[in-house]
Amino acid sequence: MQAVLDLIPLDIGLILANFDRFMWGVWMTLNLTFLALLCGGLLAIPMAIARASRHPVLNPMVWGYTYVFRGTPLLVQTFLIYFGLGQFEAVRESWLWDPILSSAWWCAFIAFTLNTAAYSTELLRGAIIDTPKGEVEAAVATGHSYAARMRRIILPSAFRRAIPAYSNEVIFMLHGSVVASTITLQDILGVGRWLNGRYYLAYEGFITAALLYFLIVLAITRLFRWLERNYLGHLAPRDSEAPASPQ
Amino acid sequence: MAEESALKVQDLHKSFGAHKVIRGVSMEAQKGDVIAILGASGSGKSTFLRCINLLETPNSGDVYLAGEKIRMKKNRHGETVPEDIRQVERMRSRLAMVFQGFNLWTHMTVLENVLEGPVHVQKTPKAEAREKAAALLAKVGLSDRADYYPAHLSGGQQQRVAIARALAMDPDVMLFDEPTSALDPELVGEVLGVMRDLADEARTMLVVTHEMGFARDVSSKTVFLHQGEVCEEGAPSKLFSNPDTEQFRAFLSRMN
Repeated sequence: MQAVLDLIPLDIGLILANFDRFMWGVWMTLNLTFLALLCGGLLAIPMAIARASRHPVLNPMVWGYTYVFRGTPLLVQTFLIYFGLGQFEAVRESWLWDPILSSAWWCAFIAFTLNTAAYSTELLRGAIIDTPKGEVEAAVATGHSYAARMRRIILPSAFRRAIPAYSNEVIFMLHGSVVASTITLQDILGVGRWLNGRYYLAYEGFITAALLYFLIVLAITRLFRWLERNYLGHLAPRDSEAPASPQ
Repeated sequence: MAEESALKVQDLHKSFGAHKVIRGVSMEAQKGDVIAILGASGSGKSTFLRCINLLETPNSGDVYLAGEKIRMKKNRHGETVPEDIRQVERMRSRLAMVFQGFNLWTHMTVLENVLEGPVHVQKTPKAEAREKAAALLAKVGLSDRADYYPAHLSGGQQQRVAIARALAMDPDVMLFDEPTSALDPELVGEVLGVMRDLADEARTMLVVTHEMGFARDVSSKTVFLHQGEVCEEGAPSKLFSNPDTEQFRAFLSRMN
């Protein structure tokens, strides 16, 4: 065993000695990423509806927001919130400062949420617009109101069709969350950097971090494969059945 | 006082831009009437049907459902719009439509498609709606397909589900927009069979179709539209054996 370990030019012992640190890093990465995805996703729903509508005020407003947040790097957005807002006396003295804007976690969370909300909005907007026109007409003809159409027909159909594209957004967000390590947070990469700074050993920290990210992506990919099987099966042709005749 | 007609359309006009598609069509259906609407493509027959439940907004003209008029008004751009969208939604729920392209909700199973209107528009208790849906699926011969998704059915089966979905609303009038035109020829019969059964039950139906046999044998009245106007109308026995207009004669000879 020792002979095998000696072949690997890594200090495995050091990694294992810091294993719990890395696990805390995983926890930090996961809670930041998934809370931001959750809140950003919820924000994206009304914004996507606005973007898919012809509302003369809401549509351009949301468009402006998504344009800015998709047009600038997440790192810059995070810095603006974490370093930028604190420059204003009014912000430092407001009620928002003490529990929220003075905290690195909250700043990262806010930046990630706003960022993923922008991407998710445009993604969901595309899915809403691509809802087959005939299905919407059938709902209109049945007597569904606009709200009922949205809730019963358009959104359930759009969410399902958005699943494959959204899996990319989830993975991008996970990878983007490394930005947290630049504002003092001990996420997975943060622990890797700490190890490097402390022992001057780059590979131990960074390879471990890379491996952990890779494992999380693997789990996300599996989750989405399961979602697609369960929620997109309705669109897949079934071989043994009579083929649906195209219109 | 005479009984109100199930559906009355008065002097309907519809243009798309400068193109006048419907030029003053009137039509009246008594309860139990089956009106076949014929016409060459571009004659405006589908547009006319879609104006009745306001999938297209007519430029002018009135639609009465069991005597109740769908109230329209002019907006500030001078366009005709519904005065009260809730009234329109209520009217639509009594005017079921069957489309050429079936238009089933693809993310719902067959049963869910049939339950959707009763449960979520008419607010029928779920147990009651389920019982009725099961009976309707049996009626169109698809009891064994209740848990299938539309994409896993043939076109004829999908259209029969669409008919069951329409029937589930207990509609006063059923609108059929070329219900067999998208089907492979061997699947047309099963859908027409279901529609014949509905006619025998004295359902009020407006059927836009290219099926001459259906119009001749099943309809109580046949209307031939030509260039957005009623060109000829009457009992199918009279129309098909002895047409008055040259246009309908030419149309019939093209169809045969």
